[in-house]
Amino acid sequence: MSAVRNLGLTKERFLLPGHSACHGCGLAINLKIVLKVLGKRTILVIPACCSSVIQGPYPKVAFKVPTMNIAFASTGAAISGVSRALKIRGIEDVFVVGWAGDGGTVDIGIQALSGAAERGENILYICYDNQAYMNTGIQRSGSTPYGAWTTTTPIVGKKQFPKDLPLIMAAHRIPYVATASLGYLADMIRKLRKAKEIKGPRYIHLLSPCPVGWRHDSAHTVRIAKLAVDTWAWPLYEVENGRVKVTVKPKRKPLKEYISLQGRFKRLTDGEIKLMEEEVIRRYEMLLKMEKSGIEF
Amino acid sequence: MAKWEMMTGNKAAAVGAKLARVQVIPAYPITPQTTIVEYLSKFVEQGELKAEFIRVESEHSAMAACIGAAAGGARAFTATSSHGLLLMTEMVFWAAGARLPIGMAVVNRALAPPWNIHVEHTDSHSQRDSGFIQFYAKDNQEVLDTIILMYKVAEDERVLLPAMICLDGFILSHTYMPVEIPDQEDVDLFLPPYEPKGFLLDPEEPLTYGSLTLPEHYMEMRYDIQRSIESARDLILKYSKEYEEIFGRYHGGLLELYKVEDADYLLISMGTLGEEAKVAADTLRREGIKAGAVRVRVFRPFPTETFVNTVSEKKALIVVERHLSLGGIGGALGTELKALLYGKTDVPIFNYVTGLGGRDTTYIDLAKIVKHSIKTGRPKDNYMWYNLKMG
Repeated sequence: MSAVRNLGLTKERFLLPGHSACHGCGLAINLKIVLKVLGKRTILVIPACCSSVIQGPYPKVAFKVPTMNIAFASTGAAISGVSRALKIRGIEDVFVVGWAGDGGTVDIGIQALSGAAERGENILYICYDNQAYMNTGIQRSGSTPYGAWTTTTPIVGKKQFPKDLPLIMAAHRIPYVATASLGYLADMIRKLRKAKEIKGPRYIHLLSPCPVGWRHDSAHTVRIAKLAVDTWAWPLYEVENGRVKVTVKPKRKPLKEYISLQGRFKRLTDGEIKLMEEEVIRRYEMLLKMEKSGIEF
Repeated sequence: MAKWEMMTGNKAAAVGAKLARVQVIPAYPITPQTTIVEYLSKFVEQGELKAEFIRVESEHSAMAACIGAAAGGARAFTATSSHGLLLMTEMVFWAAGARLPIGMAVVNRALAPPWNIHVEHTDSHSQRDSGFIQFYAKDNQEVLDTIILMYKVAEDERVLLPAMICLDGFILSHTYMPVEIPDQEDVDLFLPPYEPKGFLLDPEEPLTYGSLTLPEHYMEMRYDIQRSIESARDLILKYSKEYEEIFGRYHGGLLELYKVEDADYLLISMGTLGEEAKVAADTLRREGIKAGAVRVRVFRPFPTETFVNTVSEKKALIVVERHLSLGGIGGALGTELKALLYGKTDVPIFNYVTGLGGRDTTYIDLAKIVKHSIKTGRPKDNYMWYNLKMG
């Protein structure tokens, strides 16, 4: 708690105790931090995802900011509507936030999100990526990593590498794109604060460990979120006005340290782990090259 | 002073939305609705209408953005047709469940395959369980007037539900007719600029909408919607009368009646068929057949008492519609009218399905249909095809 205080966060809670997230849920930690940074004048729009459950069944509610639940595919469009309504009403100090899981973002919701980004809507879209359809019970998504067990890749694991949504969003030439991990809170909070100051479409992609779906000890959430970064599996970077910057550059640890804590990867052969590690290194180095070259999206 | 202009149904829809001072317009083009979107874009870009136009990437997003806009406190409007409406379906139901008074124009068009861009009511009938109030227009003037009226009804605190005005593709959407454009000041008296109320996203009063609701509470929420949409029946009548007092036009409340009092036979229809039915009634009367016409102007909420009182004593009711529930027992209107009247009257009800995919159906056809019904006596089939080229 003192560490959190040192980061300059308000003591006020916007995610109230009594929410129904699982023990060690990454999304609950992420949301708690996000709302503390954004503050009271925030409107959340949430599609079908774990967050539509953890807010608490009617008539109870654990969110202390105005929240609208919306159909799975429509977050990007719904926040566009809210944002434009506030604009025409002359309300300028409210953050309109789409808060969605990876399924609702990289798969079913990508069209509405892409449309909103292309139109230049004044919105903040945050994807908390738990890397599968966790709310329906751990099915493979476009964001599920290579090799991961899910209930729809039950025997051989996923055979494809995930979609890189942050770079897809950067290709929309929006003012701000960032990845973050709750294992590196200061970096995450800095990015949220930066996003707060920018107008236009902003996209933040948060790693969100899921003890149930990733098959890890619920005490290891933060450790895993940190290892994801330290093994380069989850590079922390931002794309501000088209310019790539890798914001945390850890000395690389072997990928095994990250995946061995998670049951979803336990069937991976050494060969598969090697393939995965090569891809992780390639992608990380690609980002470094982008940063070094100074190219702009 | 109100002024007259020759305009299409689509322009009437756009002008109606402008007069209603809609504030957020998320829309996506589809034939034959396209020019509504074009007119509104122009109104906004020329500064004639102070509104946010959101050029969304699909109809699903159009209604999602309407939902966001309405929850954000703005008067929202969109327009679509056919496949656009079906793509939007999930959000159409969501809009009603969320209790947001969104307005929409639906230009009725058939569904593919095979591709067809002409009138049929299957698209809007597919949304009849959504909770949207549904109006059907007979001419372009009614399109304009009803858009203003429908916001008045939808935004009433006893209702708080979305509403759609349906207009027949091409027959209204692309046909020029004289339309009287009311003065903005008069419209503002009837429908003042929007003051957000009801279900609002407000940081000063942080409420959560649409959260998970278990069987313990869900049914009561459905009950509440049903009660609200039913209360729209009286309010449509009330506000239609008020509209008439200010603007001098009354298109019928729930039902538009034409020479029904002394009629033996009633032609019952929706949309522009309702106008043909009036001419058919006159034609039949010249031949000594006492016919009248009932045009169902409001399909949701379905007219109940008014319908029963209007039709019970007649010799036969002849329902003609541009719709068939495939695998069902007729069109939506015929099927529901039979269900309404069951046990209340013995009047024979004929249901004719015709004009699908825009096949021309005139007063001559409707007069023939009435004569066919009279000859048949009592209906032998659940419904009959008319003007089918096979079988």
